[in-house]
Amino acid sequence: MAMTIHVDIVSAEGEIFSGLAEMVYAPAVMGEVGIAPRHAPLVTRMKPGEVRVDRGAGKEMLDIFISGGILEVQPDVVTILADTAIRAEDLDEAAALEAKERAEKAMKDRASDFEYAKAKSELAEAMAQLQAIQKIRERTSKH
Amino acid sequence: MAVGKEIRTQIGSIKNTQKITSAMEMVAASKMRKAQQRMEATRPYADKMRQVISHLAKAHPEYRHTFMIARDVSRVGYIIISSDRGLCGGLNSNLFRKLVKEMQKQREAGIELDFCTIGSKASAFFKRFGGNVVGNAEHLGDSPRIEDLIGTVKVMLDAYKEGRVDRICIAYNRFVNTMTQEPTIEQLAPIVSGEDEQKRHPWDYIYEPDAKEVLEGLLVRYIESLVYQGVVENAACEQSARMIAMKAATDNAGELIDELQLIYNKARQAAITQEISEIVSGAAAIGG
Repeated sequence: MAMTIHVDIVSAEGEIFSGLAEMVYAPAVMGEVGIAPRHAPLVTRMKPGEVRVDRGAGKEMLDIFISGGILEVQPDVVTILADTAIRAEDLDEAAALEAKERAEKAMKDRASDFEYAKAKSELAEAMAQLQAIQKIRERTSKH
Repeated sequence: MAVGKEIRTQIGSIKNTQKITSAMEMVAASKMRKAQQRMEATRPYADKMRQVISHLAKAHPEYRHTFMIARDVSRVGYIIISSDRGLCGGLNSNLFRKLVKEMQKQREAGIELDFCTIGSKASAFFKRFGGNVVGNAEHLGDSPRIEDLIGTVKVMLDAYKEGRVDRICIAYNRFVNTMTQEPTIEQLAPIVSGEDEQKRHPWDYIYEPDAKEVLEGLLVRYIESLVYQGVVENAACEQSARMIAMKAATDNAGELIDELQLIYNKARQAAITQEISEIVSGAAAIGG
């Protein structure tokens, strides 16, 4: 039997593949790499593309599309951490700016739904108090 | 009969409330199942990520990333994960209570604090409580996506890289089981490396294209995955806490209805007795 290597492909939203393979091809940023069993330890980033898993003769080749991620190779195990989000430096930057703006707005904007939430919680509290008072009143009137 | 009209209206209104709370309980129960499944689904990624990071900690990299180097702490950044909606028992307030205790400790030690809030309850809390909030994400919905968190996490990571904060912590509710949620505060960066085990074969990875870029990508994803895991766990906690709170409310409403029903019956009986005695005494007066 041919030598095999364990392959795990996971994304943040679930496991995609886990099993043995004779060869794995992945789209590394520097070009496609083929990983055979007993490969030297390697970490690299991947660009969007296709990961192919060769599970040996007689078995179907597995094709999985990923939108980038990280590839880690140990002599007997290959781990592919696939991204679910499309990543780019300026996209991330824009997201960070947005988060900051949201924070500023949330702290400033007094008339927004925070007030509403506060009013709602106060209302709930008042209602609970009323209920408790009524309960006490009824208990005392019973006797 | 005019007797106990108020009581009857009250029973009616409590019954309506009970219907609402029991409906919310059922909704929360079905959402909880989904949230738990989602939590299970994210585990493999987090496990693999942790595995890769532990391999990395064992390697002998010639380059050490800022996220791996501990420095003196003068300012700490907190990422706080809360729910967007209330009516889930003491879930959020338990977390905030724990956080406030920790904040007091830090203040006494002269350490300043920055916050990133996830979920509108956390931002509402800091608005009342005061604090330097630098990032915010809310309305993530029932199926939070990692895209919605990237920005908020990046705000903190940038602050760390630029030396504005020296440590990043995350605060969230850890899902133990349906009945128990545990407010948890963990350190995200610098990465706490495990025990320094004997290094018999010093080895290092081949980095492509170079160590800095690869580690940067890897460590950012590592922290993001921990935050995402926190968000997903918190969502499962929220649903189960809400289910339990609503169940308690439904039970309480049932008790209240029983009590009121008893009072109502007593009042009704008293009115009937009175009427009969009036009729009897009236008849006696005429007959006599």
